[in-house]
Amino acid sequence: MTTSVILDCRHVWKLYGAGAGALLAGGRVPDADALARASVIGAVRDVNVQIHQGEIFVIMGLSGSGKSTLVRCLSRLVEPTAGEIEFDGRDLLRADEAELIAIRRKKMGMVFQQFALMPHLTVLENVAFPLEIQGVDREARQQSARKVIDLVGLQGREDYYPRELSGGQQQRVGIARSLVVEPDLWFLDEPFSALDPLIRREMQDEFIRLQNMLKKTIVFITHDFDEAIRLADRIAVMKDGMIEQIATPEELVQNPATDYVADFTRHVARAKVIRAQSRMEPATAERFAGDVAHDATIEAIADKVERADAPLRVMRDGAVIGQISARAVIDVLVGRG
Amino acid sequence: MQGLRRHITRRRLVWLGLFGVTWALSQYSFQIYKALDARWIIRFPSRFQLNLDSAISGFLDWLVNTANFWLFTFRDLTRAIAWVIELPYQFLRNLLIEGFQSGLGQEAVQIAPSLSWIAVIALAVAIGHYARDWGLAALVGACFLYLAVFGQWHSAMITLASVLVAVPIGAAGGLALGILAYRSAWVERLLRPVLDLMQTVPVFAYLVPILILFGFGPVAALVATVIYAMPPMIRVTIMALKGVPEELLEAGRMMGATPRQMTWKVLVPAATPMLMVGVNQVIMLTLNMVIIASMIGAGGLGFDVLASLRKLDIGGGIEAGLAIVVMAIALDRASQAFAERRMTHRRHGSVLQRHPRSAIVLGVIVATFLLGQVIPAVQSYPDAWKISTGPFWSDAMAWINVNFFDTLEAIKTALLKAVLLPVKKFFAGIPWLWGILAAGVIAWRVAGWKMGIVAALMMGFIAASGLWGEAMVTLYLCGVSVFIAVLIGTPLGIWAAQRPGAGRIILGLMDTLQTLPSFVYLIPVVMLFRVGDFSAMIAVVLYALAPAVRYAAHGIREVPPHLLEAGRMAGCTPRQLLWRVKLPLAVPQLLLGLNQTIMLALSMLVITALVGTRDLGQEVYIALTKANAGQGIVAGLSVAFIAIIADRIVHALSDNQKRRLGL
Repeated sequence: MTTSVILDCRHVWKLYGAGAGALLAGGRVPDADALARASVIGAVRDVNVQIHQGEIFVIMGLSGSGKSTLVRCLSRLVEPTAGEIEFDGRDLLRADEAELIAIRRKKMGMVFQQFALMPHLTVLENVAFPLEIQGVDREARQQSARKVIDLVGLQGREDYYPRELSGGQQQRVGIARSLVVEPDLWFLDEPFSALDPLIRREMQDEFIRLQNMLKKTIVFITHDFDEAIRLADRIAVMKDGMIEQIATPEELVQNPATDYVADFTRHVARAKVIRAQSRMEPATAERFAGDVAHDATIEAIADKVERADAPLRVMRDGAVIGQISARAVIDVLVGRG
Repeated sequence: MQGLRRHITRRRLVWLGLFGVTWALSQYSFQIYKALDARWIIRFPSRFQLNLDSAISGFLDWLVNTANFWLFTFRDLTRAIAWVIELPYQFLRNLLIEGFQSGLGQEAVQIAPSLSWIAVIALAVAIGHYARDWGLAALVGACFLYLAVFGQWHSAMITLASVLVAVPIGAAGGLALGILAYRSAWVERLLRPVLDLMQTVPVFAYLVPILILFGFGPVAALVATVIYAMPPMIRVTIMALKGVPEELLEAGRMMGATPRQMTWKVLVPAATPMLMVGVNQVIMLTLNMVIIASMIGAGGLGFDVLASLRKLDIGGGIEAGLAIVVMAIALDRASQAFAERRMTHRRHGSVLQRHPRSAIVLGVIVATFLLGQVIPAVQSYPDAWKISTGPFWSDAMAWINVNFFDTLEAIKTALLKAVLLPVKKFFAGIPWLWGILAAGVIAWRVAGWKMGIVAALMMGFIAASGLWGEAMVTLYLCGVSVFIAVLIGTPLGIWAAQRPGAGRIILGLMDTLQTLPSFVYLIPVVMLFRVGDFSAMIAVVLYALAPAVRYAAHGIREVPPHLLEAGRMAGCTPRQLLWRVKLPLAVPQLLLGLNQTIMLALSMLVITALVGTRDLGQEVYIALTKANAGQGIVAGLSVAFIAIIADRIVHALSDNQKRRLGL
């Protein structure tokens, strides 16, 4: 990757229970048995992740896998037991209370699973709330708030209370609130898990639309593998507090590092994940029926390729990098190889 | 034989044995004392008696007369507190009753009259409408109109002024302490035992030291009221703050809120609906205490009741009592509606359009002020229109006494002979040493050895203070009353849970009963049964009935539906469903109800000292009339100890049962 690392987290641990600190003393790396013997719960164990500028980094895991604790360590809502976290070139774990408050006010935003809206404030006041905390005057903060409310499509609902809105609308408020300070790093903690499947889908589309406009750096938590595949640039799969694998959705599906990851990827519609470039051959045909982008998913080009009477050229930055044939597409669609 | 053996388990044998020995000792303690010539068996030896009461009285004396904290004396401190309370109280009295004057005595010139009765009613109606709807507005308005029409306005406004001063102080103080306890585990650890004790020490007990510190009068009454009403607010605050969802706190922290912003912009506003429930409690407890505190000079409706009880003025007592009931209902419903109020998006428009109620009320105040200058009837409700129900009630009572005296007397005598006296004899006969031991053993078997030791020590304190006899009378009266209350209350509660129609009426009635100040219960009881243990018992049963009913109904209703379905599919008849599924599962709730019943019974028992019992409550009451702080506090602590032992034992029973049921 050529882009810069905005959040660098090295050997982060979060252990719960008495004597947790002693287990890690001197840089030791206790295994699951050692933790169990000390009756210490390892919520996050020796996690290393680098979040790059402008990417959507999804942390995927089932409940109890430590993904929520990890994201709380990254934002220091939970104090890690050991490790280093560097945010924007600063050592986040050494920041004192005042520094931390300053960082959170200006550089971080977070969206919560249960929305976490203030029940006594209207939509407008909720969205303006982070600015109110910063002491921005009413006029200015309401103006900024109105802008993000328009952005998430809630105009006309400014004076409603959260209780009067549907779940999807409430989460739009949560999203607007976290965006009002224009954060550099945007945490989303299972933002759509509390919503109905249909609304969830709609909110994912909305999220993609917003991200195409805003280009934020995002840490997104989910327990839904399909959601992860759909949204992520890179996915970290977590189990029992450890990261099993960090990879792009495509790599994950094609080369699962562990059986655990393979369990998830087995039932994924591969055509939605695998891209043209990974199934192309050298461009040897005499005739081409057309062009496809190198990063187009097989699902997106399947119809076009299968219908064509010749292979299609795979293009990157205006150059031909290979060809893709109907055969390769069908292999993916029926799950061969 | 097999069947019998199955029922006699080791546990049951222990309990049976304990009861048998106690009964035997109680029956023959006098003979044993005579035979051994050991008087210490039935009386705690006076040589070893604790003289805590004189120590406490001495300490208070020192506090009032000589205590000096370098810069100021203790006297200065109490005067400062008195001044802080007196100022708003006097302002409210002027506003509601006397009007504002400048100058003193003869030269007093009225600057402005008090709010007219019409304005006060308009205000009440507006508050009712704001809190919920026109229905509540009508109810609250009718309650205040009642006070005017039936000639209780003046006393009621005095009581209202006290309530309006005490509630903000109690609520704000409780909120502040609750926030402190939430933020510091250390403060919470310190507060918890104090709160436990405050909840169980009878109110009369701390009236005495307050009387000594602040003197007789409304200020002392208000101080006592605030102390009485604050602990539940502290508890509710701690609970409400702990109930704020974790995510909301995280949201606040992620926005970079400072600790102060967290408290005032996130925690407290998010907990407000729950906090309002606490404020409702503060209001009701304040009313209750303002009535009781008429004994140390609160004045108002409580004083009217007290005065008529003393004069045996039946009509006057019932009139004032009904006024209290009416006021309690108005305050309770209005403050409850506030707690349940949910915001909806607001209207736009001019100030007048956005605040129509405030505008109208302001208009009424100004209009009645102007009109009141010309037409006196607008300013204060004219005497000529007042209706006195006193004579009616006197006649009604006289009629009941003429026609039903024999019946009532027969019931009273029968119950006294069959239940009260034998139980009294049993408790009174228990030798103190055995009593201490038995209390320890019971607490140990049920709640663990620590509680066993604590219970024995507490009972030992009572004996050593020379209050064993009084304590046993308290136990007997409390025991009989609780037994009867549970006997009546549990079936009522079950009925209420089984039939929603009946349930609405029964539970509604219980809600109302529970809002009534304890004093009110004495009135009809004294009218019908005069003074004595029997009257006290009836008053206690009436007062303590509500929790028995409510918890029974709650317990039956809360049985998980899938268990009921399982029962029905197994072919249970409705009766079997009740006895084999619902009741066994409701036992923990029933026990909690029993616990509440005992607590309320003990607190009421102390107040029934006014109708001439001979228990610890009487001891406290005597201390109050003699302004003997030490005696009052020691007897009050004894009641609190009995309450704490009972509370822990019943709670442990409930927990054990829950564990057994896997709930």
